[in-house]
Amino acid sequence: MNRRNFMKTLGATGLSLGFGLKGIEFANAAQGPIKIGILHSLSGTMAISESALKDNMLMLIAEQNAKGGVMGRKLEPVVVDPASNWPLFAEKARELISKEKVSAIFGCWTSVSRKSVLPVVEELNGLLFYPVQFEGEESSRNIFYTGAAPNQQAIPAVDYLMNELGITRWVLAGTDYVYPRTTNKILEAYLKQKGVADEDIMINYTPFGQSDWQSIVSQIKQFGSTGKPTAVVSTINGDANVPFYRELGNQGIKSQDIPVVAFSVGEQELSGIDTKPLVGQLAAWNYFESIKTPANEAYIANWKKFTKNPKNVTNDPMEAEYIAFQMWVKAAEKAKSTDTDKIIEAIVGIEVPNLTGGMAKMLPNHYITKPVYIGEIQANGQFDVVWKSKAEVPGEAWSKYLPGSKDLIADWTPPINCGAYNTVTKKCTGSGS
Amino acid sequence: MKLFVKQSPRHDATSLWPSFARILLLYLLAGMALSIQPACAGSVATAPAGRPEPAPNVATDAAPSIAPASATVAAIAGDDGMARTTALNALIANPPADAEPIFHALDQGLLYTQTVPVTRLGIADAAGQITDALTHTGTGNTHDATWQVVAINNAIRIKLRPRMDMYDLQSPDAAKRRAATDDLFSARLTPEFLSEIKALEPKITDPSVQANLKKLVASFELNDTNPTVRLAAITSVADALDPEIRAKLANLAQNDTNPTVKATAIKALTAIDSRVAGWQFAQNLVFGLSLGSVLLLAAIGLAITFGVMGVINMAHGEMMMIGAYTTWLLQQLMPTHLTAALFLAIPGAFLAAGMIGMLIERGLIRFLYGRPLETLLATFGLSLMLQQAARIIFTPLNRAVALPEFMSNSWVINPVFAITYNRLYILIFSLTVFLALLILLKHSTFGLRIRAVAQNRAMARACGVHSGWIDALTFGLGSGIAGVAGVALAQITNVGPNLGQSYIVDSFMVVVLGGVGNLWGTLVAAMGVGVLNKFLEPYSGAVLAKVVVLVLVILVIQKRPRGLFPQKGRAAEE
Repeated sequence: MNRRNFMKTLGATGLSLGFGLKGIEFANAAQGPIKIGILHSLSGTMAISESALKDNMLMLIAEQNAKGGVMGRKLEPVVVDPASNWPLFAEKARELISKEKVSAIFGCWTSVSRKSVLPVVEELNGLLFYPVQFEGEESSRNIFYTGAAPNQQAIPAVDYLMNELGITRWVLAGTDYVYPRTTNKILEAYLKQKGVADEDIMINYTPFGQSDWQSIVSQIKQFGSTGKPTAVVSTINGDANVPFYRELGNQGIKSQDIPVVAFSVGEQELSGIDTKPLVGQLAAWNYFESIKTPANEAYIANWKKFTKNPKNVTNDPMEAEYIAFQMWVKAAEKAKSTDTDKIIEAIVGIEVPNLTGGMAKMLPNHYITKPVYIGEIQANGQFDVVWKSKAEVPGEAWSKYLPGSKDLIADWTPPINCGAYNTVTKKCTGSGS
Repeated sequence: MKLFVKQSPRHDATSLWPSFARILLLYLLAGMALSIQPACAGSVATAPAGRPEPAPNVATDAAPSIAPASATVAAIAGDDGMARTTALNALIANPPADAEPIFHALDQGLLYTQTVPVTRLGIADAAGQITDALTHTGTGNTHDATWQVVAINNAIRIKLRPRMDMYDLQSPDAAKRRAATDDLFSARLTPEFLSEIKALEPKITDPSVQANLKKLVASFELNDTNPTVRLAAITSVADALDPEIRAKLANLAQNDTNPTVKATAIKALTAIDSRVAGWQFAQNLVFGLSLGSVLLLAAIGLAITFGVMGVINMAHGEMMMIGAYTTWLLQQLMPTHLTAALFLAIPGAFLAAGMIGMLIERGLIRFLYGRPLETLLATFGLSLMLQQAARIIFTPLNRAVALPEFMSNSWVINPVFAITYNRLYILIFSLTVFLALLILLKHSTFGLRIRAVAQNRAMARACGVHSGWIDALTFGLGSGIAGVAGVALAQITNVGPNLGQSYIVDSFMVVVLGGVGNLWGTLVAAMGVGVLNKFLEPYSGAVLAKVVVLVLVILVIQKRPRGLFPQKGRAAEE
């Protein structure tokens, strides 16, 4: 502790010295616009999901500017294209912070892109707002996670299937990469804790872009026809979903026989596919376009107007980014500064309204509170909400159900100030400050 | 899909139902007044005009009606989704006599509610006209903002399904009765339905429905407390392949307290298992051939450009992408004729991809002949450019290509063996394309010229063949076939900028494995890789199966560097 305090003082001194030297430059910057970095892929495989988020940020910034900007200064978006290339995400993040001197970055979609940006924002003391549901098991001082953690999406979905639909047999199907593997590990531990036997859980991984689902769907069909109610919990990644649902439909598996609850299928993915085989299947999210609140209706109308396309849909990561942006604005106004350290201090505890009629609060672990919704896919590509959590669920950085992380918590407020604090040994095991 | 197919029954129901319901209700009320309970059973036999009466227990409940403005109607019409589900579930569990048309409408998404000026239920017809569900008077249409459609969800669908099947089982339409018994197997039946089914059994005359019902009842009786009943049930399901029955037999074989029942169950289970294993082998084989046919389609164009011409074309996948987008465009142009659009897409995609292929050959590849490394890099760059062009023109989002009705669903041979129609048609299509290409190459002047230029360019030129044009046409042919493959792929996977990427590696693998320049080799390699993959998948999982196949292919190529069926003769020596 002593050493840490010493380092902190040293750091603070160094920082203030630096400010002193750069005083003139700083004064100039205060007159000009505040730069916001947008780090979403506009080309390559992830463009399908990420390009809408770029437009979303541009819209949010334009709206804020129309309201007079932040602290009387205009916001200026800086858009870069990391081209679905993970190392390029790190390079572009470095460029945004060092060269463009952006105050905050909004970006990334896949976990691997976030993992490659993480060391950069920590090294250069930048800010990253990450708006996508993910596997958790991470907390960084410089990153704010406004998408759902597993306890805000996967666990409630399983609870719904178990309690409302009486499911006792489970297929955990996912694409073979970090998000499905971690989520399924958490779900498997959770199900076993709930007394589900080993033989009632089937875990299946498929490569990216799997298009031949014949044998797997036939396996699922057999697994699900032993008389026990069965459900598929799908962490199948975007592109592989269309052939998967088509095969389910063609092999005659209806949503009533074996319901599929998906964590990666949203309004935007549905807008690009033939929804016929999907009607009645489920998805768990924290936002649906179909939820009727005045805030959401205004947001949807603005989105359609801004993109000049009345067919454009909104989705969960867009709302998460909306919340992230509102939180950043509020924190900057509270701190009266866009300085990284001051924002990090100010933002914890900040509450902004979400689009579904509740409040989102930034927690000390840099996750937020979110309501959980389960929706059924309708023929028009929208969701009919069939279940909603009673209150907002606080995001957990470390899962209680994994042996490696059950004692860990993240808390970026004094005195803990640590992203992976072991509550048993009382030691900070990860990055701290 | 069911939503759209089942339009007609609702009309029968609404037209037949009201008058009959009234007669039945009067009859029942009279019967009750005289307190003659058995009269209910008698009423069935004398019931008029082919409309069998609802489930027996419904009749004995004296069939209360859903009174207008009742709490149930209010709950269904209300805003509270949970209350709506509860009310509907209660209604389904204990259906009043006038509920059938309401359930039909609910199932098809045609049930509407209105709260202002009065709370009531309405049923819409195909044209959008709404009739009050209880008074049967016309009240408005679906465009009125006051009428809201009742959303149906899985919790309700699960409950509704056996109830609808029970209604269908009594339908005058034999096909519907049959479908209902098939469906009852997968519907989650509660034991209460057993008595309803048993009561219906004597009235059913069609043999296939009878057999199905017998099996259904037997599958319930496998859990009976009486060992003799269980024993009889085992004998009557001995030739059933349904996994539900197998699971129950397995339970008996393991846990039954009665030794005779246990032994019989074990015997029946072994017999079923050996038959299931046989069918599963057939199923895997079909899956493998189907995967192979997709690989064949993807690779066959490459067998021309790479195999015959020797051009390493990394943009081959993008030719498939162009074909897939052509399918989508044609479907957009003629949204009401999906099937026609699909058939038009075959020549359309061939021309579109073929033209672009020829353009690429004339504009780029002809300057790079004999420099494979540069061709590889140039075509790789070209593939990235084409992908990004697709992103700019069609947006990065996937496009929805609808499956025509004849390609949906599957041909169910028995509960463990079914062939999905889209895969079956693609298998046939793929073999047709293969044969057509083979005939073109072997038995036409154009084919002769292609082979001549490929084998000995100088001699072909000396004989008067315009080798430059033959190159362009050959490349166009290969690309065109890739475009046709794209039409088929649009039926099974996403139509988007990344479509080609996912198939390019597999295509090269198949062509190299089969032996460069040998079409038959490509066929054998594609089918071999497909079948091997599908036999491995159930044991190793999809990821490992791919790895194992790739390792095996590498080993084969190590042993036979020119592929399984290398070209022989002078041309091969070059």
